[in-house]
Parts: sequence; structure tokens; C-alpha cells
Amino acid sequence: MDNKGVLVCGEIVEGKLAPITIELLGVGRKLADELGEDLSALLMGGKAGGLGQEAIAYGADKVYIAEDSLLDSYNSDAYTQMAADLCQKELPSIVLLGHTDIGCDLAPRLNGRLGGGLAMDCLELSLDSAKMLVSTRPVFGGNAHATMVSKTARPQMATLRPKTVPPAKRDDSRKGEVIPVEGKLDPAALKVKVVERIKEEVEGVKLEDAEVVVSGGRGIGSAQSFEMLRELASVLGGAVGATRPACDEGWAPMTLQIGQTGKVVSPKLYIAVGLSGAIQHIGGCLGSKYIVAINNDKEANIFNVAHFGIVADYKEVLPALTAKFKELLSA
Amino acid sequence: MNIIVCVKQVLDPEIPPAKFKIDPATKKVIPPPGVPPVISVFDERAVEAACRLKDKQGGKITVISLGAAQAAEVVKHTIAMGTDEGFVLQDEAFEDLDSFGIAYVLGKAIEKIGAYDLVLCGRQSADWGNGQVGSILAEIMGIPVVTLACDIEAADKKLKVKRIVKDGYEVLEAPMPSLITASSELGLPRLPAGMRIMIAARTQVPVWKAADIGAQGPELDKAKAHTEVTGLSVPSRKTECEMISGDSPGQAAENLAAKLAKLL
Ligand SMILES: Cc1cc2nc3c(=O)[nH]c(=O)nc-3n(C[C@H](O)[C@H](O)[C@H](O)COP(=O)(O)OP(=O)(O)OC[C@H]3O[C@@H](n4cnc5c(N)ncnc54)[C@H](O)[C@@H]3O)c2cc1C
Ligand SMILES: Nc1ncnc2c1ncn2[C@@H]1O[C@H](COP(=O)(O)O)[C@@H](O)[C@H]1O
Repeated sequence: MDNKGVLVCGEIVEGKLAPITIELLGVGRKLADELGEDLSALLMGGKAGGLGQEAIAYGADKVYIAEDSLLDSYNSDAYTQMAADLCQKELPSIVLLGHTDIGCDLAPRLNGRLGGGLAMDCLELSLDSAKMLVSTRPVFGGNAHATMVSKTARPQMATLRPKTVPPAKRDDSRKGEVIPVEGKLDPAALKVKVVERIKEEVEGVKLEDAEVVVSGGRGIGSAQSFEMLRELASVLGGAVGATRPACDEGWAPMTLQIGQTGKVVSPKLYIAVGLSGAIQHIGGCLGSKYIVAINNDKEANIFNVAHFGIVADYKEVLPALTAKFKELLSA
Repeated sequence: MNIIVCVKQVLDPEIPPAKFKIDPATKKVIPPPGVPPVISVFDERAVEAACRLKDKQGGKITVISLGAAQAAEVVKHTIAMGTDEGFVLQDEAFEDLDSFGIAYVLGKAIEKIGAYDLVLCGRQSADWGNGQVGSILAEIMGIPVVTLACDIEAADKKLKVKRIVKDGYEVLEAPMPSLITASSELGLPRLPAGMRIMIAARTQVPVWKAADIGAQGPELDKAKAHTEVTGLSVPSRKTECEMISGDSPGQAAENLAAKLAKLL
């Protein structure tokens, strides 16, 4: 096998290296050191050039910069083409991406094109005794964890779930090489056109940043009753989340869905109201410091992961809870 | 419009975690007795997307499912929803396929079906949840792919796709044929009703073997060998839940607030 080295496919958010990229550089550095090989990073987009040194400070030995303006914002065809070209030229042994909007779309396509072996949504990445990448990922909604290895296919690829490893430490004295990627993208190769991008602004605290999340499920029963959750959230300076059925019913916007196929949150306090605690949902909130469950069924699975619980109709609990918090927090 | 939908039959993902059992030695899940397998949730939404397109502009929907012979049940379920025909791809050689292997076999079946304008998949399967097969399949077939669709329109040989992203959505325009993966934001799938249920019940679902679609030999072996599951375990999660009580639910709520206020 001629493939060598670890490559991180970076992401740029608002002109900076995305947090996940800094996390990946940390993991990538460790793997590269164990292998005794180089860590490189690929940065795509018009402003990528300015970030080369930063990626080096976070651990990269080489940073490939692809500054084509077609890469300014995520375009599946363009990113796949650029990343695949680089991988075919540089032949990395391991390629790491973030399990983000970009990584989830890009990684499987890239893998399809390169013919490697890919594990998605990994919680842990390490090397086995044969120095092959071992990827640990949740399967069956999180009921089980599987480890996967790619024995012969190259590159070995993985997407890493954000916030599962600490970010790499910055060291501005590190030295490395910034390499502009030659060759432009052929616009004709971009088959899918981006017509528009719509941001759905949510009022108040962003779900991902909230210290308190009040989350509702099918048991809430109506869009109107969801207001009770909003009141509690606003008293606590937090945000509202929801389960998939609550989103399906239109009681909460889709962007508030928490879980395996929604957002992953790790607030200080997660108040789960009228939701059963399905494995696919709690996967999105298990990182919370305290989980509180309010459910009228004492057998509900949410009580198996909650720290505090009340077994009752939420309609009889929430008003008093909101009022008491108001009183305590204003004191 | 000719639409092909790839649907997978899976262990019911909504079984309570207590019923979830594995055999670590064989690295397999032991299905709890008496729980029938179901159609993977996002694949059902992909079928719904196909049916909506057919409702609007007519056409034909063909469904394929790679799995055990019982996968005929999920194909029938889609026929009851409104699809036209379906095939099960079943062969000893297809056991324990990884994402690449599955995509390869599905691609071979699609080649056999012939002309198509759109291939639909779910965003990820409800069991192993790789979220890869659709994209690999598109790359193998050399057609464009759009992932995470929540709305699809077809007009003038083009597909207009609304795609979910973290903080909103994108609108994309893809040529035909393309492959699109469906997300749950597409909306609830229709419930089978009336005549369609009877049509589905009477349908015989043909089974295609490896030889029927030419998915065999060194090509299949190569497609199989991309990843290997080397371990399967159930993570232990045990939290002591302190139940908060009171003379009334309201009282319990106040006790809870007092307790939490101290911790925050
Ligand atoms: C592949 C896959 C991915 C998925 N991804 C996600 C995901 O990302 N996020 C997600 O949320 N789901 C996801 N799901 C769905 C998940 O499996 C569950 O179906 C869903 O989370 C259940 O939502 P729920 O708890 O709101 O509803 P239910 O399970 O119906 O629970 C409702 C609860 O409300 C309680 N209740 C009812 N009335 C009251 C009342 N008056 N007071 C108090 N309690 C009451 C009931 O006792 C019950 O426990 C996914 C499923 C699959 C298969
Ligand atoms: N065995 C299968 N038969 C038919 N379609 C499948 C099969 N496995 C995966 N798919 C399709 O590929 C999608 C993604 O699967 P996965 O990559 O396993 O998460 C699913 O939602 C299905 O549409």
C-alpha cells in the first residue's frame, strides 16, 4: 500500500477554522505521530489562504489551500471534486472529516469516488496493533457501539462527531508548509446548482449554545401547549428543543429537533417534558450535565437516563415550575 | 417519470432499549421475538416523496430492497402506499454486505431495471445508520446526488430540491437523472388505504439472485471488502434518577425548582 499520512478535510466558518477542524487536527496529530507519518489539512474557499498558518499552529505539517471562488460556500460537487483530486494525488492513508452538514454530505461521496472505507459519526478514533484505523460509532440508534476497520480499502475514512474530543492546543511556533492546490475546478463539472440558501432565524438563545434546554415531545399535544415550554425556557434564559414527532406535527420548527438526526446539545440542564426518551432522541442530549424528566408514565425510558424526575401530567407541573424558578431567580 | 426507490427492512428501531440484545461473538443483533421488522423510517419518507411526484405528474415507481426474503413485506407496504412494482435482492452472497457492497448490488439491480429519471434513498438506515449508501450508489452510477431533501419538485427535466441544513435550508437544481436522499422533514408518509392494500396483498414480489443482476464474482468480492465490523457492544448507561414528589404535582414542581436552582 502506497497510501501514507493523515489528511483532515477542514471547514471554515465565518473566516475562521471551525471548532470541529481544530478537534480533528488534535486527533489527526495523535494518529500521525503513532504512525510516524505527516498530518496534512485541506482548506477550501476564497479565504482559506489566510488560515494555513493557523492550521499548522494546531498541528498540521502541510496545509493544502484550494482558493477557487467556486468553493466559497459549500457546494457538494465542487468540494467532492477538489477533495477527490487531492486525495488521488497525495494518496493519504487516513482521511478525517467532521460529522457536520458538510462532512455528512462530502464524506460518503468522497468515499464513493475513492473506493475507501468510511465510518460515519465516530465517537473515537484509534489505531490497532496493525496500525489500522479503528473507528467506534453508535449503531442501532445508539443502542450499541460498533468498531470498524478497513483492512484493504484506502483511504481509511471517518467523520468525527463534534465535541467528542478536546480541541488541539495552539502552538504558533510550529513550522509547516502551506501548499496552494494547483488546477481550477471546471464549472461544467458542477451538475447541481445552488439556487438559494435560506437561514431560518430562531428568536432568542441558540439551541446549541443554550445552558438550559426545555424539550417537548408528543405528550405535549399541541402547538399551543408548546408555549408553556417557551415560557419556562425564557425564565431560565434557555432554548426550546423538540422530539421528531413534535416537529413532524409542526408544534416546533424542524430546526429544533434534538437527537440522532437532529441537533446534539450538551447544556447544563435538559428538561425533557412529555417525551418518552427514545434512544434516537436521547443520543442528542446525553452530554447534558443534569437531565430532568417530566412524564406521566413512570416506566418511560427517559427516567433511565434522567437525574431528577417527576411522574405527573406536565400541565400540572410546568406552571408551578416556571413560577417557582421566576421567584427563585429574581431573589 | 420513472422513479426507483431503495428501501431497507430493519429491526423495529422503536423497541424499548431493554429489549435490545446483541451477540458480541457474531457481532449481530438478536431480534426480540414477536417484533416484526419494519421499513426503515427515512425510506418510507423516500417512498412518500416518490408518491407525491407521481400524484403530480404520473409515472412509475419501482422499489428495490436488498435483504432477506421477508423484505417482500416492506416492498408490499410500499405498493400499498402507491408504488407500482418491487423486487427483493436476496442471495447468500449478499449476506453481511457493507455500505459499498450494498450500493454495488443496488446499482446492479438498477441497471437491470433500466431507464430512470430519479433514484430515491433514505438519508440513513434506521439500523446501522451509515448514511452512505445513497451517495456511494450515485458515485458508482455516475449521477449527481442531493442529500437530505425535504421537498422535491420535477419540471422540464429538472429537479428542484429543498435540502435541510443546520440553520435553514437550501434550494438546489439537479438534472435528471439524479439520486436524492430523503430526510424526515419531508413530512409524514401516507397511510395505505382501501384498494391499494388489496392490490399489495395480492402482489407477488419477485426475488432477484446475484446471477439475475450480475452482481457476483470478483467484482462483488471487491465491493464487499471496504469495511469490516470488528466489534459490537452495548454501552452501559446507568443513571440514578431521583424522583421528586410533593403533596401535589405543583408542590413537586416547586421542590424540583428549589433543588435545581442550587445546582445551576
Ligand atoms: C433512524 C431514526 C432516527 C431518529 N432520529 C430522531 C431524532 O433525531 N430525534 C427524535 O426526537 N427522534 C428521533 N427518532 C424517533 C424516535 O425513535 C422516537 O420515535 C421519538 O423520539 C419519540 O418521540 P416522543 O418521545 O416525543 O414521543 P413518544 O415516544 O410517543 O412519547 C411521548 C411521551 O409523552 C408522555 N406523555 C403523554 N402525555 C403526557 C402528559 N400529559 N404529561 C406528561 N407526559 C406525557 C408519554 O408517557 C410518553 O412517554 C428517530 C427514529 C429513527 C428510527
Ligand atoms: N439493504 C438495502 N436495501 C435497499 N436499500 C438500502 C439498503 N441499505 C441501504 N439502503 C438505502 O440506502 C439508504 C442509506 O443507508 P445507509 O447508508 O445504510 O444508512 C437507506 O435509507 C436506503 O434507502
